[in-house]
Amino acid sequence: MKMHEKQKREPLLRVTKRDSMPIWKSMLIRVIAVLAAILVCAVLSVLVLDNVDFIKFIKTLFSGAVGTPRNIWKLGKNTAVLLCIALAVTPAFRMKFWNIGAEGQTLIGALAAVAVAYYLGGKLPNPVLLVLMLIAAVLAGAVWGGIPAIFKAKWNTNETLFTLMMNYVATGLVAFCLTKWCPSNGSVLGALPHGHLPIILNEYLLLILVTLVMTAIVHVYLYYTKHGYEISVVGESENTARYIGINVGKVVIRTMIVSGAICGLAGFLIVGALDHSITTTSVGGMGFTAIMASWLAKFNPLIMIGSSLFITFIQQGAAEIGSAVDPAFPNIIVGIVLFFIIGCEFFIGYKLKFREKAGKSEKGGKAQ
Amino acid sequence: MFKKILSLCLAVLMAAACLGMVACTDMNSGEAKMTDSPLPEVELTKDFDVPADFKIGFILLHDEASTYDLNFINAVKKVQAALGLTDEQIVYKKGIPESNACYEAACDLVDAGCDIVFADSFGHESYLLKAAEEHPEVQFCHATGTMAHTAGLDNFHNAFASIYEGRYLAGVAAGLKLNEMIDKGEITAEQAKMGYVGAFTFAEVISGYTSFYLGAKSVCPSVTMEVQFTGSWYDENLEKNAATALINNGCVLISQHADSMGAPSVCEEKNVPNVSYNGSTHEACPNTFIVSSRIDWSPYYLYIIKSYCQGTPIAADWCGGAEEGSVVLTGINENAAAEGTLAKLQDVAAKLKSGEIKVFDTNTFTVGGNKLDTYMADVDTDAAYTPDTEAIKDGYFHESEYRAAPYFDIRIDGITLLNENYG
Repeated sequence: MKMHEKQKREPLLRVTKRDSMPIWKSMLIRVIAVLAAILVCAVLSVLVLDNVDFIKFIKTLFSGAVGTPRNIWKLGKNTAVLLCIALAVTPAFRMKFWNIGAEGQTLIGALAAVAVAYYLGGKLPNPVLLVLMLIAAVLAGAVWGGIPAIFKAKWNTNETLFTLMMNYVATGLVAFCLTKWCPSNGSVLGALPHGHLPIILNEYLLLILVTLVMTAIVHVYLYYTKHGYEISVVGESENTARYIGINVGKVVIRTMIVSGAICGLAGFLIVGALDHSITTTSVGGMGFTAIMASWLAKFNPLIMIGSSLFITFIQQGAAEIGSAVDPAFPNIIVGIVLFFIIGCEFFIGYKLKFREKAGKSEKGGKAQ
Repeated sequence: MFKKILSLCLAVLMAAACLGMVACTDMNSGEAKMTDSPLPEVELTKDFDVPADFKIGFILLHDEASTYDLNFINAVKKVQAALGLTDEQIVYKKGIPESNACYEAACDLVDAGCDIVFADSFGHESYLLKAAEEHPEVQFCHATGTMAHTAGLDNFHNAFASIYEGRYLAGVAAGLKLNEMIDKGEITAEQAKMGYVGAFTFAEVISGYTSFYLGAKSVCPSVTMEVQFTGSWYDENLEKNAATALINNGCVLISQHADSMGAPSVCEEKNVPNVSYNGSTHEACPNTFIVSSRIDWSPYYLYIIKSYCQGTPIAADWCGGAEEGSVVLTGINENAAAEGTLAKLQDVAAKLKSGEIKVFDTNTFTVGGNKLDTYMADVDTDAAYTPDTEAIKDGYFHESEYRAAPYFDIRIDGITLLNENYG
């Protein structure tokens, strides 16, 4: 009777790290994950929403994202804004500095730009006003990113909590300023008449071009400069960095100022090219979605174009399906898709081993 | 084993207790009696043809979970039923923030073939205006806004309702209740103090509480009122705290202009009569709810659709009143209201419709002890809020006449503001 030999009992499942996997195989897994996610979303939509069948789901998903010229431009614009914030969080994440304050850094940049447009609009020529707005936004974002970094470098405070808290402070500041600026309007500022970025072809193209240039700059900064190298070393091991003479505190502060400044730029673009105004929800959670875009791209700015485009595509398509029913529905779709992708990343990095039955040879993990 | 049995017993006990409580509340609400409405919703009549390819789009700030947006959605459903529109002829965009997203939503609706685009939130206005400039072939209508009468666009329109008439009627019901309390000896005439929970200290709210107060004063001359602002359209806790503070301060009747159940639920708990807004809170407050006023947007929807289909222009600035059915009241709860309230409100409603009673009659209120002969109101929107229009003529303040959105912002005697809150 061998049934009750306790010492032989091993867990049913074990997780082990994979050595490596060919690129084609890992890409195949990702494609399968996305398809599976869309299938689940389609089933959910058919079950939950009226008048939606499988074909209509797929059709609406695509028509919402790229169905009309306007939607294609919108896709480009939304991708660009998300990409710009994703670029901003990337340097800090490569350093393993968990900055979740992009939302607040972008919002404070937007607030600074609006403040300049509000107080100086009409008193200065538009190009001068725009330059001042840009400077104010970048500075505000840099300060907002720099404060938690200084505390981290000097007193080793927890950057995740600190940056998160700074988001709330930024939101509160926006609410406070709106109270001051428009007391008899219920805190609604409305579009300001001055400080609009020039319209090239349409109001989206300039924003897209600026973001593409930023992508190239950030890519070069991270991969081809001394700063970028220092960031990588600090991210790999702080002790190694210290050993080879890198001033870790300085790198942390400098990198967060860069992150915050790019967030400020994103805030300036939102104000100057799109809203010409501000509310407490002007950034609309993109500061958090951007973390996802950055992580999915393995913190590589060029791949980030793809990941931002993908997330925006799903978001915009899902909005077309669900916004007539419930504003929360698009978020559910995006959540499911991201869940599948993160899940598949796990299976690309690790494999599952089942408990072996006696007498059987080793069985491969069920990864796909 | 013992633990399992114990937990099972406890679970059964708790379930029984829950059932018992549910049964008790059911018994309480069973006694409530509601009268007919003194100012009921009007029947919408279809006396024109709607083309089969007609489409109308609605941009909403939130969704049904917000009482504010729900009021708009219910009105859409009412006009849809009255005109026999199909679901394909009505396109919703829910959860649209007050940003460039509103402009994009409006353009999407134009692309989807909408002939009319309607947006429901104050902050949507400048973005809707931008879409209107780009799409002159489509009509854009906006609730609560202020820019249309100066924007000079043929296809951009504002709308509101003279809700101050509804508040005035609700105030009369409150005054009658105070009189009843005085007659019964529960309070003296000097103790007839009402409390009002307001959202923000600006014209829409000031116009609302002043008309409510004047309605009460028209039947109970000794009434005074205290106002507490929360600084939010929807914050249940703040509204609860404000109502509690007012009650502790000696207010014997509460009304509110904010969207949560905060104030009504405190009133029910403390057994203080409540005059509600934006729909009935009767079910939750069967013992203290008196009456509620609200704006019914369906007459406006009917008007814009009819104008479009018949090719007549839509007014740049439309204000519906009791006459049009834009201002409506719920039924009166006989458990809480004074006797004879229905008959009195019907009488006053008729006089408001005929023009015999003016809500802001300058003989009925004073400012700093003096009668008001002149007042410059800020009607045309500008950044500095410059007063630009004489609003007092023929012995009354002309609210919502020069612009549909309210601009009455005078602080009159008898009303004390406990705080100010601009958001």
